[in-house]
Amino acid sequence: MTFINYAAKEINCKIVYYGPGLGGKTTNLQHIYTKTAPDRKGKLISLATETDRTLFFDFLPLDLGTIRGFTTRFHLYTVPGQVFYDASRKLILKGVDGVIFVADSQTERMEANIESIRNLEDNLEEYGFKLWSLPYALQFNKRDLANIMPPDEMYRMLNYKREPTFEAVATSGRGVFETLKSVAKQILVDLRRK
Amino acid sequence: MSSTYLEVYEEEFERLAEALRRLRYAANAEAVFLIDKNGQQIAAAGEVENFDSTSLASLTAGNVAATDGLAKLIGEREFSVLFHEGERDHIHISLVAERAILLVIFNERSSLGLVRLRVRRANDELEQIFRDVTRKHEAESGEKSPGSPFWEITDEDIDSLFNE
Repeated sequence: MTFINYAAKEINCKIVYYGPGLGGKTTNLQHIYTKTAPDRKGKLISLATETDRTLFFDFLPLDLGTIRGFTTRFHLYTVPGQVFYDASRKLILKGVDGVIFVADSQTERMEANIESIRNLEDNLEEYGFKLWSLPYALQFNKRDLANIMPPDEMYRMLNYKREPTFEAVATSGRGVFETLKSVAKQILVDLRRK
Repeated sequence: MSSTYLEVYEEEFERLAEALRRLRYAANAEAVFLIDKNGQQIAAAGEVENFDSTSLASLTAGNVAATDGLAKLIGEREFSVLFHEGERDHIHISLVAERAILLVIFNERSSLGLVRLRVRRANDELEQIFRDVTRKHEAESGEKSPGSPFWEITDEDIDSLFNE
């Protein structure tokens, strides 16, 4: 839910990184955190297990600058990807303005990708959201690995509504900001329409 | 479709801020935060500069969301109050008008009893302000006020955000 504070002249939006476990959602956030100037970011918070798996969420507040005099803030969240954390995943989607789906390009992870998109659809519906009408981008992550599926084949399997799609290597930063920009733009364009 | 955005105009923002300031003094608290259930800070009062308010807002919302989930699991509608006791500082969390969270940080200068009492009193006023915000939003929904800056956002404005 976009929060517009006219007194403080601020727009706050929430973007959620979704996808199967070990797909690189947290790594996307870590890269954004590393590459953003200190005055444009808050603390990166990770609620993780002792083995560094996301337990509840990661959170990174990002200040993108001003638009028509309004400070534009994006709150980036990741969900825990592991299947059994579904109750927590659902909670993070509350009030979401846009979703980035981080798909794992490894061939053996396609089933997990498909299952996770279905799960996203179901969980959004519980809040009355439709993936059809929500700002959304698809990221094919881990393009640097050997056992990966060709992008056009992945697109055929995972594309939901001809959403913008990006190839990425989150560990090196390739495609990370492009994906974020795409969803941030869609959210702001939506705001103009409302 | 659930409401997709919350707008707070200056008049209501000032009323909220004033209500928080009064609560802070009455409860002898260090700081008071009003947070949207999605984790965004709406208003605050007190020694807010001593705290990372953005992180505080996000973690509080996560905490409330998880506790809400627990409540539903055992057949409760919600747990309306949460209390965390530290060695020096304590946190009192309560729900306002089902859409916001009131967070009070206090220390030995105050007490849980006093905070609970003052929060209960402040709650009615905050709920009334939220009702006014909702009414105003509904009156204007579908039709942006002529002064709204969002009509005028151009593609160039959006692009420039990413080029800065």
